[in-house]
Amino acid sequence: MARALVNVPARARRGEVVEIKTLIAHPMETGFRRTQLGEPIPRDIIQRFVCTYNGVEVFRADLHPAIAANPFIVFSTVATESGTLVFEWTGDHGFAVTQSAAITVE
Amino acid sequence: MRRLGAALLALGVAASLDMGPHNWRTPSPSLAAEIPLAERRSGYAFMGRETRAMQDDDTANPGMLWVLDGATLWSKKAGAAGRACADCHGDAATSMKGVAARHPSFDAARGRPVTLEQRINLCRVERQEAPALAWESRDLLALTAFVARQSRGVPIDVAVDARVQPFLDAGRAAFHRRQGQVNLACSQCHDERWGQRLAGNVIPQAHPTGYPLYRLEWQSLGSLQRRLRNCLVGIRAEPYPFGAPELVELELYLMWRARGMPFEAPAVRP
Repeated sequence: MARALVNVPARARRGEVVEIKTLIAHPMETGFRRTQLGEPIPRDIIQRFVCTYNGVEVFRADLHPAIAANPFIVFSTVATESGTLVFEWTGDHGFAVTQSAAITVE
Repeated sequence: MRRLGAALLALGVAASLDMGPHNWRTPSPSLAAEIPLAERRSGYAFMGRETRAMQDDDTANPGMLWVLDGATLWSKKAGAAGRACADCHGDAATSMKGVAARHPSFDAARGRPVTLEQRINLCRVERQEAPALAWESRDLLALTAFVARQSRGVPIDVAVDARVQPFLDAGRAAFHRRQGQVNLACSQCHDERWGQRLAGNVIPQAHPTGYPLYRLEWQSLGSLQRRLRNCLVGIRAEPYPFGAPELVELELYLMWRARGMPFEAPAVRP
């Protein structure tokens, strides 16, 4: 069950800097740990997070094994026009989650 | 790694207690040191600003990921009976409000108190005719978190009557009983030394106001019993298995001890 929580203000004034918060459920297994029997636990992380605003990329982050489980990413962007923000997380073993949120700019 | 951490933690206990007002080898005054009602504080009050902000904002609180999963499970049909929780209980926002704040509660059929997790599993086995969910499994945590979320802000109120009293007394005795190789009772840290430090961490008063909660150290949601087992390992006692009567009694005593305090699940703790 891949779950993501996204918080985007529903309305903003044109030119306003808006804060966007994203939280996604993911174990972020580093690949450096071993089981009690000594078997390595394969790496399972989110590798990339991308946010596009009406098709234009406004934020991108590469994630690495040292990042804690359930990554919480907060960033800001300038509200230019009404439209949709699309958030995309991709990672190991074909992990891919897409979520979108609408924003109205006045 | 975890074992080493527990050993260090236990050493920290011994070291800090040696410097405390009582020598750790002298018996503590039993039952005398219960925290006055007005001085009780949730673990929330001992946290840093950032962790509090994380708990307060539902879109930053990782516990809400489990609550969302729980909401899905609530209306998903399960078991041979082909019924979902919602088919009997309806809208959880009304039917489950305050339920978590009343658990552990007495189960007449079993003749003993059961925790919220056990209650959910009883419902699954008896009403839904589905297999019980494993302790600390994602689904059980999700359902518990979803049910507990409906009680946010409700004062904790476990019903204590003549049937429950012996279990409450047993829990109280366990809380004050010295255990493990370090020979510590829960009360020695949480009644007598709250607010002091244990290896850099502030010792809270052990009021279970926000379970199941997201612990940053666990990087996951966890139940109160997981937390209690952690503490037992810390004092180098052999932890009781999940669902053991001793843990339920301790849970009951802790909830009674926190009576009247607002419920805050899913909380966030360092």
